[in-house]
Amino acid sequence: MSVATRPGQPSWADVNRDVIRTVGMPGNTYFGWMCLVGLTLGAGILAWAWQIWTGMGAAGKRIPQMWAMYITTFVFWIGIGHAGTLISAVLYLFRAKWRTSIYRSAEAMTVFAVMTAGLFPLIHAGRMWFAYWLMPYPNQRYLWPNFKSPLVWDVFAISTYLTISVVFFIVGLVPDIAALRDNATGFKKKLYNVMSLGWEGSDSQWRHYRRAYGLLAALATPLVLSVHSVVSFDFAMALVPGWHSTLFPPFFVNGAIFSGFAMVLILVLPMRWLFDWYAYITDRHLDAMAKLVLVTSLVLTYFYVCEVFTAWYSADHFERASVFAKASKQYAWAYWGMYFCNSVAPLVLFWKKPRTNVVWLYIISILVLIGMWLERFNIIVPGLGFDFYPYTWGTYYPTITDSTIIVGSFAWFFLLFLGFIRVMPSLSIVEVKETLAHPLRHAHGSHH
Amino acid sequence: MANANVLGVFAHVDTTLDAIRRLRARGFSELTVYTPVPVEEIEEEIESTQPLSMVRLFTLVGALTGTATGFFITIWSSLQWELVTGGKDPVSIPPFIIIAFELTILFGGLATLVAMLLLGKLPKRTPSVTYDPRFTLDRFGVAVACPPETAEQVRSLLTGAGAEEVRR
Repeated sequence: MSVATRPGQPSWADVNRDVIRTVGMPGNTYFGWMCLVGLTLGAGILAWAWQIWTGMGAAGKRIPQMWAMYITTFVFWIGIGHAGTLISAVLYLFRAKWRTSIYRSAEAMTVFAVMTAGLFPLIHAGRMWFAYWLMPYPNQRYLWPNFKSPLVWDVFAISTYLTISVVFFIVGLVPDIAALRDNATGFKKKLYNVMSLGWEGSDSQWRHYRRAYGLLAALATPLVLSVHSVVSFDFAMALVPGWHSTLFPPFFVNGAIFSGFAMVLILVLPMRWLFDWYAYITDRHLDAMAKLVLVTSLVLTYFYVCEVFTAWYSADHFERASVFAKASKQYAWAYWGMYFCNSVAPLVLFWKKPRTNVVWLYIISILVLIGMWLERFNIIVPGLGFDFYPYTWGTYYPTITDSTIIVGSFAWFFLLFLGFIRVMPSLSIVEVKETLAHPLRHAHGSHH
Repeated sequence: MANANVLGVFAHVDTTLDAIRRLRARGFSELTVYTPVPVEEIEEEIESTQPLSMVRLFTLVGALTGTATGFFITIWSSLQWELVTGGKDPVSIPPFIIIAFELTILFGGLATLVAMLLLGKLPKRTPSVTYDPRFTLDRFGVAVACPPETAEQVRSLLTGAGAEEVRR
């Protein structure tokens, strides 16, 4: 017998059932997708192997655009990784209850996106087997990182972000895996018991758990804001025209949240349909996410305007020339494409109907992702392509190798995510239950 | 003499809360309350007699250790390799603040995790005798460790508070 909570709302037992049924042996369609994703990833790995074998010439980056597409995609993925911790930490502290239905998938997305992003410095650096030189470790060759370099700050910021996101993600999973355990039998039960650390939900466990969760959220909040700020320092600390700007940290953080929410929508909408979670991810949730996309889009437009204005108002010849070249030379398509995708397309969300319409949301989310990738492309490729001296100017042409690696990174991300949704509860059992009305015998005592 | 364990299974928050209060009023203090989700009212009732969770102390110590480590590693190594980079003094505090900040968060977060595990006594190898799988679904449990001669009294207290099921 299940205890009814409030008419029209799922009961606590419904939540367990609806989430637990998504974990297990999937059907053929799922495996079809997995094959597609796996093959694409295979192509990406082959391309990377080819690049390692033949050398960095296999990638299209040449002087002056030595950062080109790899760092563009690196910044893109780090940006995607922002929405998860924003939803799970910042919205937790603000007690935004709508976050409960989406935060688990958003957190998984964060962890996987940062894992994807982390590959790019390795791919980009070429001799990735020396990547550990970035870490300070005792050695006899006087190899020591330069702590004044933004690239070293990046190492610290991103590895901290990945660690804390993983901790947050796993801590949130513990009580849910216990629920899986109590529904399983045989070997699965034993496995889940180990993974749930033998969680029982006793008062002392909850007491420390809740306190720890709140503190982790409090620690993760400044971390979210710092990570993309630090990534932006990679650019802002350099003297390249268009990069050397104090605008960059908030500009990057806002863009990251913008693209992160678009990715959450791209992941959550099919999941809602596939798992029949209409009772948990309602139009209200879509509306709230769409509003966040809209707000961050407007803020981003403001930053774009600021950027152009600052270049003009500075009267600095190189700043002005850089903006002019971006808007009118061979990369103009990327520049105007970025404006369309990031500033114009999301304006549709001012209307209520597209905010809750799956098709509209999907199209806009994809445009936002394209737009945000183009934004990073615009910063890096034309930025480096129109430097101080015309004799260093140049055009970047992608190669099959670097493009395949980038497509492969998407496959890597989706492979991890697809794997996750069938192995772990991608909706938080505990937190969704918490937001439902608590079962009470005497309804008059209810204040929920 | 070993204590008896009496478990009451409840379906509602208010009846669970009532049982805890009644038991406490009769002097039974060794209670374990199982809930599927954290419930604020129950937590408040329990915390009224217990000190606040020590997790925050761990977090503080961890975070401060991180700050100190960040500054130590950067300043110490700059003094070891006195290289002028970017025209800056070997020991330049502003860029080191970033490393110190990141390590503050990292160590603070890891210390919080350790605290949760240590204080919550996790991982728990063997399940408690009073645990029931329904406690991750939609039932609440109040387990009382009491001298065997009072077990009957506890049983009637739990039933009186509205337990669906009472077992020893």
